[in-house]
Amino acid sequence: MKVNVQVNGVPYERDVEPRTLLAYFLREACGLTGTHVGCDTSSCGCCVVVMDGSRAVKSCTLFAVQADGHALLTVEGLAEGGKLHPLQQGFWDQHGLQCGYCTPGMLLASYALLKHNPNPNETEIREALAGNLCRCTGYQNIVKAVQQAARSNANAGTSQ
Amino acid sequence: MIPAAFEYLRAHSTDEAFTHLQQHGGEARVLAGGQSLIPAMRFRLARPAVLVDINGIEELNFLRPRSGVLAIGAIARDSDIERAAWIGERRWSLLHDASRMVADPVVRQMGTVVGSLCHNDPAGDWTAVALAARAEVVVRGKSGQRTVAVDDFLVDSFTTRVGEGELALEVRFPVPDERTAGSYQKVERKVGDFATAAGAVQVSLNVDGTIRGAGVTLSAAGPCAIRVEEAERLLTGQKPSVELLRAAADAASRRSSPQADLRGSVEYKKNLAGVLVARGLAQALQRLGVRL
Repeated sequence: MKVNVQVNGVPYERDVEPRTLLAYFLREACGLTGTHVGCDTSSCGCCVVVMDGSRAVKSCTLFAVQADGHALLTVEGLAEGGKLHPLQQGFWDQHGLQCGYCTPGMLLASYALLKHNPNPNETEIREALAGNLCRCTGYQNIVKAVQQAARSNANAGTSQ
Repeated sequence: MIPAAFEYLRAHSTDEAFTHLQQHGGEARVLAGGQSLIPAMRFRLARPAVLVDINGIEELNFLRPRSGVLAIGAIARDSDIERAAWIGERRWSLLHDASRMVADPVVRQMGTVVGSLCHNDPAGDWTAVALAARAEVVVRGKSGQRTVAVDDFLVDSFTTRVGEGELALEVRFPVPDERTAGSYQKVERKVGDFATAAGAVQVSLNVDGTIRGAGVTLSAAGPCAIRVEEAERLLTGQKPSVELLRAAADAASRRSSPQADLRGSVEYKKNLAGVLVARGLAQALQRLGVRL
């Protein structure tokens, strides 16, 4: 079945089985391996991507055919012109990752959070990331990273 | 695991979805948020031959109060409720609580209330909430639309009154009056796990401070959500007191019939059901300004 999606602004048309999950579509049909697969059953949040600008979804629990006609944002689309996205910069500066496996999902779930709530407090950040597991950091630095990104956005006067 | 192969049909209107469902009957499943169905398919616990995707049906994407009823369409997301402008009003506190406790925040951006009701998981959140709030589900069948009270709708684990070839269109919550508040209490081992136990309560007061009516229900305490009628009867007409809450909680404990699993023993879960109902009632009354 034909699936047409915009991923990070680039159109992709691929012919896949309806049972192909979006995470595998991105990784194997589009070659975008930044989206990770962890638990594969919607528990860990590694595979989170953003659909239609502000909705975070677990791409292991969505069929690629459901994304037909929609716009997706993956970790590959965050940086612009070689400049890290404020969230990526925050994770870099605050040591918000160690092994990095959960990081794409953390970034995209945080991206959706800041779209809906540009200035979240610590509790709101922790609640918004409750569906994303990290086994390295203990979460403290991830929270700090999102806080830095929110401050950075506020200073730049943008909600990006 | 990768799900078994299926035929995928995308519907753009309820008419189109209904036609597909009528044609494929028991072979077909409706795909709404998919946050329970897709994992079940991945574990091969579900192997539908046909999926009818209703996510593109804009006419089912609504969340609106109309003539005393809050209607939630079949593809309105849990997160739409969590973010609704009016959800902070006291009268909606039961829905508000639940909307922040279902699964996890990313899953809530796909998951739907109607889908959760149709799935009827023994540990579902919206089933207990809809029961406590005395909601109704609108189902489209061969002979047209019918409205089914949630008490009747929830038949047994993973079984509802939605028959083969039928489609649940919306759930209707009665708009509570200003002297109504609720509370949803859930204990889970971690965010996103199935509940160890959960309790939903909604309480309406008379002007004189006595209880006009109460909804008291449990989840993860039996084959599907349970109404604790004895607690509702005990509360109605009475002035709130610590003793009254304890009696209602004891009734909930007695009524619950949980199964032992990794989350706890039967004894523990029965006790927990009572504790959660007591907490829920206390919080709902506190929200109504009642001091116990």
